[in-house]
Parts: sequence; structure tokens; C-alpha cells
Amino acid sequence: MEKFTTHTTQAVPLNIANVDTDQIIPARFLKATDKKGFGDNVFRDWRFDKSGNLNTEFTLNNPIYSGSILIAGDNFGCGSSREHAAWALVGYGFKVIVSSFFADIFKGNALNNGLLPVQVSESFLSALFAAIETDANTQFEVNLETQTISIKGTDLKESFEIDPYKKTCMINGYDDIDYLLSKKELIEAFELQKTD
Amino acid sequence: MKKTLFDKVWDAHVVDSIQDGPQILYIDKHLIHEVTSPQAFNELADRKIPVFRPNQIVATADHNTPTLDQHLPVRDELSRKQLAQLSENCKKNNITLYELGHKYNGIVHVMAPELGITQPGMTMVCGDSHTSTHGAFGTIAFGIGTSQVAQVFASQCLLLTKPKSLRVTVNGTLKNGVLPKDVILYIISKLGTNSGTGYFCEYAGDVFENMSMEGRMTVCNMSIEMGARGGMIAPDATTFEYVKDREFAPKKDAFDAKVAYWKTLPTDEGAVFDKEYYFDAEDIEPMVTYGTNPGMGIKISETIPVDNDPSFKKSLDYMNFEAGKSLIDTPINFVFIGSCTNSRIEDFRVAADYVKGKRKADNVTAWLVPGSKQVETQIINEGLKDIFNAAGFELRQPGCSACLAMNDDKIPQNEYCVSTSNRNFEGRQGPGSRTILASPLVAAATAIEGKIIDITKQLN
Repeated sequence: MEKFTTHTTQAVPLNIANVDTDQIIPARFLKATDKKGFGDNVFRDWRFDKSGNLNTEFTLNNPIYSGSILIAGDNFGCGSSREHAAWALVGYGFKVIVSSFFADIFKGNALNNGLLPVQVSESFLSALFAAIETDANTQFEVNLETQTISIKGTDLKESFEIDPYKKTCMINGYDDIDYLLSKKELIEAFELQKTD
Repeated sequence: MKKTLFDKVWDAHVVDSIQDGPQILYIDKHLIHEVTSPQAFNELADRKIPVFRPNQIVATADHNTPTLDQHLPVRDELSRKQLAQLSENCKKNNITLYELGHKYNGIVHVMAPELGITQPGMTMVCGDSHTSTHGAFGTIAFGIGTSQVAQVFASQCLLLTKPKSLRVTVNGTLKNGVLPKDVILYIISKLGTNSGTGYFCEYAGDVFENMSMEGRMTVCNMSIEMGARGGMIAPDATTFEYVKDREFAPKKDAFDAKVAYWKTLPTDEGAVFDKEYYFDAEDIEPMVTYGTNPGMGIKISETIPVDNDPSFKKSLDYMNFEAGKSLIDTPINFVFIGSCTNSRIEDFRVAADYVKGKRKADNVTAWLVPGSKQVETQIINEGLKDIFNAAGFELRQPGCSACLAMNDDKIPQNEYCVSTSNRNFEGRQGPGSRTILASPLVAAATAIEGKIIDITKQLN
């Protein structure tokens, strides 16, 4: 997994609540047996219209927006557990997703793929959307060490929570398998004393 | 200390705790399917890590399988390859697989309970969010991502932070025609799609105590639709009776010993939950959804609420519905009875009971997709197939089918489908399709009438 410390870029706004993982990557694209190529189909049915033409109104197709931070509405990533959603967002080039609320499974999947979910207050989320609306070139800084997100050129800054263990993993590029394998003896001992 | 059902099962599976971090939770049973496992197998192969406990893993092919002509090679090349990959991975790693055509094949959350693989007090995971279904047995069961599938392959454990606890209590007597699906759609419509995020939910009260195991599975199945990783119902005589004598259930003395343990699992009197909600059974009516998330549900006799939120409006635009209007008399061309929510024998009995002696409306395509080969056999043996055939319904072969439309079972663009599945997300049942979630009874009635009707008027 790639290491994550600080990230500063412009951001893409997606001001829609309850974005489910079926929207992030529709089920018909889940037939692959590797992790490659999902970025091409991220938000497929919002990026393209029913005839397969580019939907120019969709935020990802708007040339004024760029950067590898996605700022999304409340309850992002709800629905299916498909990790393909995280692979698709990473594949497209996102490194950070900001929302006022994340669905559980998506959040875990994102962290396991070096994609940082940053949960902010609703008021700060509104401030982020407002900043992009005023100037699409606004830069945002996400600092994992200090657990802060700030709007460059302003005093606006907010801290975010992250599990300390997951923070260590993100910063160092570790994953859970390494940790679990290091505990193999403990797991085997647990199996022996397990009553049921 | 007073403990909840969830605490008891969780605490019995903690291998170790990391200071200020997650716990290592031991997983008893790992269910896998073709869509979310291949990348996990690849990960292990790339890192030369063996599968740690292959005999605690059970595989089935369900998401991507055709529901017609299952005896023939799968036509779609990518699907065929994905299914072949599952077979190869299972063979290589000594994992039991119920592949297409096997007598135990079926939707993962239908086949595991009916084979007695699911038992009270266990921890179970699967790379599928509806793993919450198994909580109906008093099991900690939840969906995981593919990275976690790889972790369980490697260590039979997961690193997890213990979720908070939530209890939803529904007391009273359900009205005629109100099914378990209506109960859960009602709860989600009241609590919203993220009220359970970060929580494990226990369902309590006489409504659930009086429910069959099939009904309890329907309820727990949709816990994830309110954000809860899992739902649980205390195991009782109904649970033990269901598990008894099933293929992989413990037998004789071993079973009795288990039951003695399972009886210790229900939440202690006075145990404290982080959040509690109470509802009255009498307030619940047959439900339908009008929007693009499962929380957007109303009683079938109600009108769509008025809300100025842009996401709400976007949702109604997609559905081509208007705020303040009723769904009654909306013409419907597609009806789907199936999915891990409602594809068990009881669901087909309810539908057949209503359909018997009637004929579907000409405009309707009605698909019935059993949850497993065993359910399919039951449908035939109980004579339900004849009833459905006579009514013009199409009984297909088992699988996830039009719930997520990964296979060819897609609802056409702009068409409404009254569906017994669990998600009404945009395009869930095929690009541009519009899903209305409902119970098997409402779905059957819709197929007969060719439009949504107020079923309560027929029943009372």
C-alpha cells in the first residue's frame, strides 16, 4: 500500500447525499478478477448518458474541476460492500474523499487501499463546497500527521478523526495482513482453548 | 456486568486487543462467492501466503450466474471466466464449493442457513453486505471488503473496532398482510439509511419472537440498509428447531450441548444499549419505496412526502414520481420475487397463496427466482410451481438475479419493477431501471393487477 502523509490539491465537488457504491461502480462492471481498470468506469452511469455520450453536466466531466480530492455529500459509500468502489476511486486518481459521514464498510475498504476518508462537520463541508464554488482552483491541504484539513489561503481548518492504528498503517503503508500474520501463534492458541 | 447478545458473542471471539486500536476477532465461518473473492486469492498467491483454515470456508456461485439453462455453459464470457476462477481457486485451496448446478448451490445467504452452516453464537463473514442475514440466528455476521476477505483467508481473523450497540424493539401484533419485509422497510423509513452506521443492531420484542426464521432473516438482511453492519435476534426455540437435523448442524448429544450454550446467549435483563428505538406493531402497514434508497419508504396507502432537499428531488426525478402523490394505480410492467431478502420457501408460499386461481396482468413480466436449489425443489414439490405457471409467472433457476442485475436478468431502462429485493438504488436492477421495494405479497398483487394497488383494502 502506498504511504500517505500530506496531500495538497484542488478538489472535485459532488454535492449529493447517500452516494451508494452501486453508483460509484455499477454491478455490471464487477466481473473482473483483478483490481485493474475500475477507474475507467467510476460513476459510469452519471458520467455517461443512456446512449453512452459524456454527460457534460456531471462534476467529473466539468473541466473547471480537477485534483485528487473528492468532496461528497452526507453518507458517502452506503450500500454494497464491493471494494471495487474503492479500487475505482483510486484507479481514477483520487487520494482523499471528504464527507460529513461515511458508510462503515466503504470507509474500511478505502483505508485498506490507501484512500483516506476524511469526515468533517456539516458546516465545514458546506464551507468546502462554498470555497470551490467561489474558485474552482482553490487548494485544499489534507495532513494525516496532524489530522487536519484546511482551505489554503484562508484560516478555515478542521481536524478529523482516524483510528490510531489505521493512521500508522496509512503513514507507513502497512496492511492488516502483515499484522495478523505476526499474531499467528496467538490465533492458534485461541483456537485450542475455544470452547464452542 | 450485564451483557447484550452481541457482547457475549463478540467477547467470546476476541483473540487479542491492540492498545488504543482495534481487536483481533476470530471468525468461525467464512462464506465466499465469485465476485468479491478472486482478488483476495490473488493477493495471497502474490504474497505466497497459504489459506489458513480452508475447512472453515464455504463457497457458492450466485451473483453472476444465469437463471436459465444452468446446465449449459455460461454464455457471458466474463461471467464464465469469473465462475471458472472461483472453481479453480477453491480446488487449489481445498475449499468446499457448491458450484452452479450442485444440489446445495444457491444465494450465499440462503444456502448457508438452510444447510445448518449458520449457527447461533458464531462469527461469520462474507464479502457481501447482506451477510447481516445470518444474524437472525443470534450470530455475529457482517459483510466485508475484499482486503478483509484476504485477511480472513490468511489468518481466520479480522482487525476490528467493536461497534456500538443499538436495539430496535417492536411489540404488538402485526396486522393482516403485514410481512417481515414491511416491518424492516418501516423501521428503515423511520430511522433513515445511516442511523445504524457504527452500530450492531439487535431486534427485540414479540414481533420478532413470533416470527419464523425466514422472516427473521428478511429483517436482519436489511440491517445494512440503515447502515448497521449487522443485525441480530436472540436465539430461541424457533431457532433451535430450524437448525436441528440440518446437514451441517451438530447432531444428537452435540446438538443438545450446543443448545444449552445457545440458551445463555440472549441479552441479559438490564443490559445497556448505546441507542434504543421502540415501535408499535399496530402502526405498521404494507410498505413500498418511492425513491432511490431503502429509507425512502411509505405505507402503501400514504403519499410521497414533500421535501426540498436537492438529493431528495434528484431521487424523485429519477423515479419519475411527484412529491405529495400516491403510488396507487402506478402501472407496473415488471415484478421480481427473489434475492437474499425474500427468496426462501415461505416467501413463495405467501406469493402462491395470493396468486392461486388468478392470472397475472398481460402487461406484466413476473420473475420468480428461488434463493437456492433446495428452495427450487420445495417450490416444485409443494405444487407452487403449478400455481405460478397457471398464473403466468416465470419460475427461473436460483441466483442473485435481478436484485443486482449482474447477469442477464435486467429490468429495462425507465421501467418500474416492484421487487422483493433490498436496494432501490439508481440503476440497481439494470441501467435506468426504477425499483420499488415491497414484500412478496405486494409484489404478487402487483403482478396480478398490473399496477400498484392498496392491498390493505383487499385484506381487511
